[in-house]
Amino acid sequence: MADGERFNMVAAEAKVLVRDLNVYYGDKQALFDIELDIGKHQVTSLIGPSGCGKSTFLRCLNRMNDVIDGCRMEGSIKVDGDEVLDASIDPVQLRRRVGMVFQKPNPFPKSIYDNIAYGPRIHGLVSNQDELDELVQSSLERAALWDEVKDRLHQPGTGLSGGQQQRLCIARAIAVRPDVILMDEPCSALDPIATARVEELIEELKKAYSIVIVTHSMQQAARISQRTAFFHLGLLVEVGVTEQIFTAPRDERTQGYITGRFG
Amino acid sequence: MTEPSFEKIAGPGAAMANSKGLMPDREAALVRRRYRAEARFKALGVAAIVCAISMLFLLVGSIISTGWSAFYQYEIALDIKFDKAEIDLTNPRNANYGGLVKSALSAQFPEVSGRTNKRTLYGLVSSGADYQAMEVVLDDPSVVGNTRRVWVLASDDIDSLLKGFIDRSLPEADRRVKNKELVWIDRLKTDGRVRWSMNTVFWKSGDSREPELAGFWGAIVGSFFTLLVTLALSFPVGVLAAVYLEEFAPKNRWTDFIEVNINNLAAVPSIVFGLLGLAVFLNFFGLPRSAPLVGGIVLSLMTLPTIIIASRAALKAVPPSIREAALGVGASKHQVVTHHVLPLAMPGILTGTIIGMAQALGETAPLLMIGMVAFIVNVPGGVTDPSTVMPVQIYLWADSPERAFVARTSAGIMALLGFLILMNALAVILRKRFERRW
Amino acid sequence: MQIWILLSLIVCLAGYGHILGRRRAVSIFQTDVISLHSLPFYHGAYIALWVLIPAAISIVFWLTAQGPIIENLVISGLSPATQALPSDRLSLVLHDIVNIASGDIPTKEPSLEIKAAAERFSQLKGLSNYGMVVVSLGLGIGCIWMAQRRLSPEFRARNQVERIITFVMIAASTIAILTTIGIVLSLLFEAWRFFLRVPLDDFLFGLHWSPQTAIRADQVGASGSFGAIPIFAGTLLITVIAMCVAVPLGLMSAIYMSEYASARTRGVIKPLLEVLAGVPTVVYGFFAALTVAPFFRGMGEGIGLDVSSESALAAGIVMGIMIIPFVSSLSDDVMNAVPQTLRDGSFALGATKSETIKQVVLPAALPGVVGAVLLAVSRAIGETMIVVMAAGLAANLTANPFEAVTTVTVQIVTLLVGDQEFDSSKTLAAFALGLVLFFVTLALNVFALRFVRKYREKYD
Repeated sequence: MADGERFNMVAAEAKVLVRDLNVYYGDKQALFDIELDIGKHQVTSLIGPSGCGKSTFLRCLNRMNDVIDGCRMEGSIKVDGDEVLDASIDPVQLRRRVGMVFQKPNPFPKSIYDNIAYGPRIHGLVSNQDELDELVQSSLERAALWDEVKDRLHQPGTGLSGGQQQRLCIARAIAVRPDVILMDEPCSALDPIATARVEELIEELKKAYSIVIVTHSMQQAARISQRTAFFHLGLLVEVGVTEQIFTAPRDERTQGYITGRFG
Repeated sequence: MTEPSFEKIAGPGAAMANSKGLMPDREAALVRRRYRAEARFKALGVAAIVCAISMLFLLVGSIISTGWSAFYQYEIALDIKFDKAEIDLTNPRNANYGGLVKSALSAQFPEVSGRTNKRTLYGLVSSGADYQAMEVVLDDPSVVGNTRRVWVLASDDIDSLLKGFIDRSLPEADRRVKNKELVWIDRLKTDGRVRWSMNTVFWKSGDSREPELAGFWGAIVGSFFTLLVTLALSFPVGVLAAVYLEEFAPKNRWTDFIEVNINNLAAVPSIVFGLLGLAVFLNFFGLPRSAPLVGGIVLSLMTLPTIIIASRAALKAVPPSIREAALGVGASKHQVVTHHVLPLAMPGILTGTIIGMAQALGETAPLLMIGMVAFIVNVPGGVTDPSTVMPVQIYLWADSPERAFVARTSAGIMALLGFLILMNALAVILRKRFERRW
Repeated sequence: MQIWILLSLIVCLAGYGHILGRRRAVSIFQTDVISLHSLPFYHGAYIALWVLIPAAISIVFWLTAQGPIIENLVISGLSPATQALPSDRLSLVLHDIVNIASGDIPTKEPSLEIKAAAERFSQLKGLSNYGMVVVSLGLGIGCIWMAQRRLSPEFRARNQVERIITFVMIAASTIAILTTIGIVLSLLFEAWRFFLRVPLDDFLFGLHWSPQTAIRADQVGASGSFGAIPIFAGTLLITVIAMCVAVPLGLMSAIYMSEYASARTRGVIKPLLEVLAGVPTVVYGFFAALTVAPFFRGMGEGIGLDVSSESALAAGIVMGIMIIPFVSSLSDDVMNAVPQTLRDGSFALGATKSETIKQVVLPAALPGVVGAVLLAVSRAIGETMIVVMAAGLAANLTANPFEAVTTVTVQIVTLLVGDQEFDSSKTLAAFALGLVLFFVTLALNVFALRFVRKYREKYD
């Protein structure tokens, strides 16, 4: 694969640069020499069979792997030029810039309002109550949830439906004003209608954020992403413009996967 | 609202290893504050654990430091003249050995005169010296008519003095050992008539009013009988109940009620079981007071919930596939349980039982209620003999004012803890050895 | 010891029955074993069970019934003058008779009548023992004969044996219920007798507790001496002190263990804390009385404070130490049950660990933690030995932790330990206190379990 293809940005400059990334869980290597760029204001989707390392890759980008015992990362990940894997980088600050939405909606057992306000509060992003109210409202508006919850902001977030909970989690992620949002199969626990709403939302959000999404649904990847990367057995097999990946994959493993021969 | 833009601060290529460079001062200060809070919180956690564990060491340390001295005892050598006139060889137990000991002391210190002085002199040795003299005669009747050097126990005050617990520099009035006794003891020492030896009395005899004669063996035997009764009752009943509830019981109101009952019984204060024992077993059924039998019954009721809960957990851990396999070859449900499930669950059940027994061994309060708190000198010979148990003996000694009893108490605690450690170690080994992950 | 001989005889009989049943099943049906419904083993077991169970029931029944029957017979043989004595005096007389019969030398020379009665008592006792042996062994032999007649190729011995065993298992599992009923009934009955003498509201709301005065006959049930408020207040004070130690230390230890500690540190710390839970309470009591109380007393003297040597502080703090592992292991479980996704959600927003714990994990675990604390409170209230050894006996109504206070359990022990008439208000008061203790701890447990269950349901 030529460099030009791998780093083809499709009219976007790179937000995240990943070079020679190797990840180990104890003695087991989970990712091998990953090189990938994430474009600014773009949706990049990561596809591949289960256990291929795409979630692991995602969790490297905001150092969520730190939480896992025995996980070791080597190589280089630069977000806006700052080395993420450097020991001196503060994961707390990093995660503010690189937010994350999880597979299963995980609202805190607090009110809807407090769910959103939690991040801004701990990071000291606002100085008074009015600003906080405003931030909560704008985050919910961006997540297209405001109209549905504005009358019950102080009820528990766990009382919402699954799709609403996931949008609440997205709102929670954008409330700390990140640059990059990582989404780990955000729709896998949702029904088709809720999925459609979240997809619309992602479409809307890419104007302001760089989004990396792991998905099992190739249709979803095709619908929402500009670039697609295919992972297989811890290797990054192929990356390119979404249409090209789905219509004219260069690697036969990619071909096999998207035509449903395995995975 | 403005979107913060990182490009302004650090463009691509301007690799900034230092995170501080990423943010304005205000934010940096906030982050520093947050990390300080983080460190404080973590330190609080460490402090809590250090505090709790240092309490454990403080507890054990204070017990050991007060108790180690009870494991040895000082003895004094007396040249006792076993007078033919005093000892009737046909009935050697009936002689006045106290008189022999006293005359030996008088012979050792001929200058002591006057009743009070003599009494103080006789107080150097334990009142158990008489028995020791008798033992000599019983062992070897040929000694009668001769003089023999016999090592007898020192009294508890002299023992404390020799162990260094009595400060000689105190004014005489504040000291339990008077000046003249100091003189005598020093003379005995220079004569080589003082030595220390391991304390065998502690491991051989029952309780006594005299600290130097008080032993723990009676309590150990009492605990043994009590636990025997507890085990004999609670193990079969507990296992049967657990098997029924886990394997056979239909899910209905009645079995729910049994479950709720078991869970609540596990949390009933132990002293309430004592009240039950007093009202039902002593007053209603008229069983004997202070007996290991009643103690064992009460403790078995108390440990039953522990055993049932542990046994049920062990039974539940046996995978259903094994039951299905056995049923598949035509075994009856009872055969499935006795041939397959119970043997597989047995290590877990035994572990739970040992832990329950260890609890019962350390239990004091309910036994106070059923009269096991009595002063009992004899080592019990059966489950209906009046007896005491280790923790109650510790409680009784802890109430005694003598310094030597404090040491005895701590020594008793060490013995009790030793037994508990042994039992728990057994449980751990059992679990490690036979634990099976399905 | 006779009873052991009897029991081993019965076991031998059962063994014989087993062999008999087995042999019959094997020999008679040897020609075609396949037509046998059950294995020979079950035929033997059937007979053995038929020996064991009736004999055991007859022995238990005999042992419980013989005492009262013999006593009544002995009393009816006494002179009318003795029989007319009030019941408590009569029971003393009976006590003497039993003691003499069992060979104890009485303090004063007994009267001829008592001696005769003692003789009669031993006679009856011997007769009764003899009867027990005959009846239980006869029953066993009769049952062997009965049971072996039923054996036949078609006989479903296995099903029968299993049915019997099922009944035995059901009986075993009802013991828990019987125990609860026994506790409730005995407490209620004795407490009811107490409340006949001392009005309930005097007991529950009275401010003065001095049970010793009730020893004098003219003062039995004298109002005012059984006011339990000072005892309840004392219990509360010591419990509060214990909780002030146990909750922060236990909770912080649990937080450290479940959120910060590596698996290895955890593997060291957890067993050490469990050791703290395994130390018998009498050891804590001794520690409190020997080390902690003098320490506080000395410290109080150092700063000019008057600290009682039986201060509530010493007992409370040591009790708190005892409860630490209880709080920590329960809270540890509860916090481990908080789903990792919640922590991830918080970390992904850039929260530090302590922020995540304080604002996400703890609030999520709160019901479980509250349940754990309630269970710990119930433990503290019911704890006996520490307070018996380190807290006072005098019922002071005070909130000063440096003074001596007394607790419910201390009073139960002091009222019931030692020789006294069982029917006095003093001893009955112990059962009234026991009743309060039982229901308070029961209520706390039920509440706590409800909290914990609700919490479990949320995350299961």
